[in-house]
Amino acid sequence: MIELDSVSHSYGGSELLGGLALRLPPGSFHFLTGPSGAGKTTFLRLCYAELAPTAGRVRIFGKDVRAMSRDDVAHTRRRIGVVHQDCQFLDHLSVAENVALPLSVAGRNAADHAGDLADLLGWVGLDTRAEALPPELSGGERQRAALARAVIMGPELILADEPTGNVDWEMSLRILHLLIELNRMGKAIVIATHDLNLIRAAKANVSARVLRIKDRRVQLAGADL
Amino acid sequence: MPALRPDRSDRVVPPAGMPVRLTQLTSAAMAFLAVFALALSLAAGRLADRWSDALARTATVRISAPQGQMTTQTEAVLDVLRTTPGVASARALSADEQRALLEPWFGPDLPVDRLPLPRLVELVEGPEGLDAEALRLRLAGEAPGAVLDDHTRWRRPLVAAADRLRLFGWVALGLIGAAVASMITLAANAALAANARVIEVLRLVGARDVFIARAFVRRFTRRALEGAAGGTALGMLAMALMPETGEAGGFLTGLGFRGWHWLWPLAVPPLAALVAFAATRAAALRMLRGLT
Repeated sequence: MIELDSVSHSYGGSELLGGLALRLPPGSFHFLTGPSGAGKTTFLRLCYAELAPTAGRVRIFGKDVRAMSRDDVAHTRRRIGVVHQDCQFLDHLSVAENVALPLSVAGRNAADHAGDLADLLGWVGLDTRAEALPPELSGGERQRAALARAVIMGPELILADEPTGNVDWEMSLRILHLLIELNRMGKAIVIATHDLNLIRAAKANVSARVLRIKDRRVQLAGADL
Repeated sequence: MPALRPDRSDRVVPPAGMPVRLTQLTSAAMAFLAVFALALSLAAGRLADRWSDALARTATVRISAPQGQMTTQTEAVLDVLRTTPGVASARALSADEQRALLEPWFGPDLPVDRLPLPRLVELVEGPEGLDAEALRLRLAGEAPGAVLDDHTRWRRPLVAAADRLRLFGWVALGLIGAAVASMITLAANAALAANARVIEVLRLVGARDVFIARAFVRRFTRRALEGAAGGTALGMLAMALMPETGEAGGFLTGLGFRGWHWLWPLAVPPLAALVAFAATRAAALRMLRGLT
């Protein structure tokens, strides 16, 4: 699904990540961990073609990122759901419209998917907040709205960058369980987090692999943390 | 339900901000000016056409001869003109016509027949054109008192001036178009910068560049169209209300639209919309290419 082949990324000449060789197969569940500033976000951005590698090759759904046109990138992103730590919305549109935004930009009629939208909002527990504006949401509500927006297109892969960074432990678990449910539905999940408790909590429910960024390399961490 | 909503791609950009409203205002002002520039061009064009057309067709032969020779010289001139290529017709003005010509200066009681006035022969040029120099030479031989006045000498600078005026009008229209384009480009850039976060979100959820650009292009095009329509309407109204001074007014009151020329200013709003469309689209796509 996503293949990295001796990938490096440098900012202004200094290498942040180097020699990455990795495959994210369909239906897999990965945690990506490491100290802040180690390159977790950069790794994820390489995975959804927000960044092109400075060396090596990234293939997303079999396509080399460097060979993608801007429209190819747009189409690729419709198959990848992304959740950021500080997720951004269109503040003048309601939560429901924001969650349906990927449908609108893909040219689909949101009205045809009204049922899906209602189900999805119910699933993330935002059915009563559908008409609220994003600035009125709490941190946990924002994360769940972002998750709903990330999955409405039925993506094959979900990338979450510190999705529990701004919420309390209870809400973290709730978001984690939503992601685990998605994984059970066959979607590949990558969660970048520095929260080891979250990883332990997940391990009880799903066979997750842990990738650790250390010394600019991504390594598969041992089974025990 | 969807029918009640404005278009989707429009809604992804927050409701009209300052740049869009200023676009509307400037389009209105520019359209108003464009109507005047257009009126100037068309009026100058009419003037140039009238001068070159009406005056090019006719010429006058003036015969100053002693009383006794007047009739014979007039006959001789008419004979020459009848056999000159390029002269469609020629006739001597009657005493009454000459009196009418002089009346504004000397009053109605002028005894034309007792004054030593020159006789005037009016000739109308044919489509093949008249060789004025050749005619002058022949007249000098046949009727020494005859002088050809073909009007070109004083007509040419007037026509040139009117043509230049028409050119100024078109240049002014071009400048107005360029000013609208640069103003809308600036406004579009401001709007794009103000909505950088919105654009980032749209890119993240898989919006193609054309979708994002369309949201801005539609808005600016519609506002430019609305503004220009208002400005054009006001401009046309101003032209219609221009005080009428009749024949005496000359060029000044000739400034306006005649007949089907009233259709010309109606092209201003669509043109403004077209300029807005092109300028916003170019600005948006240029800006988007800089993002991932």
